Amino acid sequence: MDNTKRYERLRERYLNGDLDRRKFLGLIGAAGLAYGVQTPFARQALAATEQVRFDGWGGVVSEAFRKYAFDPYTKKTGIKVVDGTFGGGDEYLSRVKASQPGEYNIAHLSGVFDYARYHNLGLSSVLNEDNIPNLKFVIPKLVDVFRAVTDGKLSCVPYDYGTTGLAYNRKYISDDEMKEKGAKILLDEKYKGKIAGWSDWRTRIWYASLQTGQDPNGATDMDAIWDAIRKHRDLSLKYWTSGAELMSLLAEEEIYVTEGWSGRIYALQEQGHDIGYMDPPNGFGWQECLFVIKGSPMEACEELLNFMLAPETSIAVAEGQNYPPALDPTKVDLGKKIPTLPAFDPKGTLEGLTFAKPDYWNGHEQEWSKMFGRIQKGY
Amino acid sequence: MGIEARERRQPWILLAPALTSVTLLLFVPLAFIVVYSFWLRTATGADQVGFYLDNWQEALGDPFYRDILFSTLRIAAITTVVCAVMGYPAAYFIARSRGNKAILLLMLMLPFWISYIIRTMSWINILGVSGALNWLLQTLGIINEPIQMLYNETTVILGLVHFLLPFMILNVYVALEGIDISLEDAACSLGSTRWQSFLEVTLPLSLPGLAAGGLLCFVLSAGTYITPLVLGGPRDAMFANLVFEAVITQLNWPLGSALSLMLLAILGGLVLIYNHFLGMGQLMKGLG
Repeated sequence: MDNTKRYERLRERYLNGDLDRRKFLGLIGAAGLAYGVQTPFARQALAATEQVRFDGWGGVVSEAFRKYAFDPYTKKTGIKVVDGTFGGGDEYLSRVKASQPGEYNIAHLSGVFDYARYHNLGLSSVLNEDNIPNLKFVIPKLVDVFRAVTDGKLSCVPYDYGTTGLAYNRKYISDDEMKEKGAKILLDEKYKGKIAGWSDWRTRIWYASLQTGQDPNGATDMDAIWDAIRKHRDLSLKYWTSGAELMSLLAEEEIYVTEGWSGRIYALQEQGHDIGYMDPPNGFGWQECLFVIKGSPMEACEELLNFMLAPETSIAVAEGQNYPPALDPTKVDLGKKIPTLPAFDPKGTLEGLTFAKPDYWNGHEQEWSKMFGRIQKGY
Repeated sequence: MGIEARERRQPWILLAPALTSVTLLLFVPLAFIVVYSFWLRTATGADQVGFYLDNWQEALGDPFYRDILFSTLRIAAITTVVCAVMGYPAAYFIARSRGNKAILLLMLMLPFWISYIIRTMSWINILGVSGALNWLLQTLGIINEPIQMLYNETTVILGLVHFLLPFMILNVYVALEGIDISLEDAACSLGSTRWQSFLEVTLPLSLPGLAAGGLLCFVLSAGTYITPLVLGGPRDAMFANLVFEAVITQLNWPLGSALSLMLLAILGGLVLIYNHFLGMGQLMKGLG
């Protein structure tokens, strides 16, 4: 409520006879005093928002953000965007947990399960959606899943989506062989020493679920899953830990097949590498969001989010990072390149993608991450 | 205040900034880690404050941690031996060379100007399937197909030796520099061969330097995290990787604290044993 509205209400109560003249003047005086005292500090506080920290996945994604979003935003508002990177959501959460409130502001988080984890740890903020009018362009399904976690409110805006599918070197593995074997190709003895995988326990369990014919959002035979993970480990050359490492392993032909992030594989294809990409049935779909961490300068962050969601910015970033934007293709013309990106859904319903169920994954996080850590090291 | 009292107080005044820094930056965080190790991680990832022995029971009783700890100590021991075997002749050569000692020492220090991570990653360009060595072997017609050389325990040890060799050389060099060269001449004049004078005179006198270099190499390699991550395969994790995983991936800071204290206790114990028998003086000389 702003000061004008407060004054109008007081005046109304005075005119209605609810307040006597003396009390009315006293309250007006007190309000004036409070305003006079707080305004210089409030101005200073607003002026003090000289920078906003943004953390993302690095590489081509960060380059795209810097070029198409941060630099123009700084030019327009004078607020500097300090961009940091992380190799994974777990690592970043640990850094945030160790930090002081306000040290980290906006994070490019992956998956609703990460959003739920941050919320459960008390790190979520409440966005004033009036300050983000461009939210209306976003696919409603992507917004609703976040609202369901935070009681109808939002701590983030959806930004892009993609898949973790199968990436393979066409020089050694044909498209037909991939279609025939699907996720099971990661367990094929023929490619021993030329297989890799992400060192992320969720991805490992998701793909092991597919390899053992189970629902990735509701596996019942965990022993079979651990056995599949062990087999994959024994056939693998390495677990990669970042997008840059994934690209390097494939480009240098250290490996022939792995699961990989759709945007990174598209970037490899753009560079001229003959790398194929396939989403197997029930492949791992995910959506990324721009999450505002509790203790951040909200107005500055909301302005940045609104700026980033503007169709021209969002499309430019999407074209740079090779992940389809969260913008609804039925409301916004997404141009020529985006419809060619892997995982893109022209209808904006995202019915073809299978997303991770936050309750299922977060409910088993402690037990499964530990178990995978052991298997990864030979147990 | 008497002169005696002032003199007694003076060293403490001079030491105060260093002691304050060490207390604030080492002992206070260490105390936090000790306290943390008795807390518990809840299902949501938040910490449960209290006094629980669960993490210590798990860290000390679970064979998984014990096995990785032994594997880490084994890799550290192999690295130390390789550093000693490779480092001693290099240090001897530098110590006995005339005129170009400063240049040789400068060359020894050069790798420190480049980030440790970059130096470690450089092996990927050398030993990778499309790396320099495979290219050379294929160009020379020695092999037809590239050999898979990376991502195993050998490359982890190689990366560690690459990182730690200068520490060994410097320590041995300092010890050799302190030996009067006329002692070897004296031994030779009394009838020993050059090899005998080395074995009977130079080597025993340089052992404190070798031990100091060995201790440094062992402690640093046992605590390494980057090298196995970059150059290791799926089974080549070392103990520090477990600490990283507990703290970062599993968000289990209490267990990570217990594990890191366990490693600290073992390596600290080694340093104490070394100090008891040889003293820290030689180590300081090598580091200086």
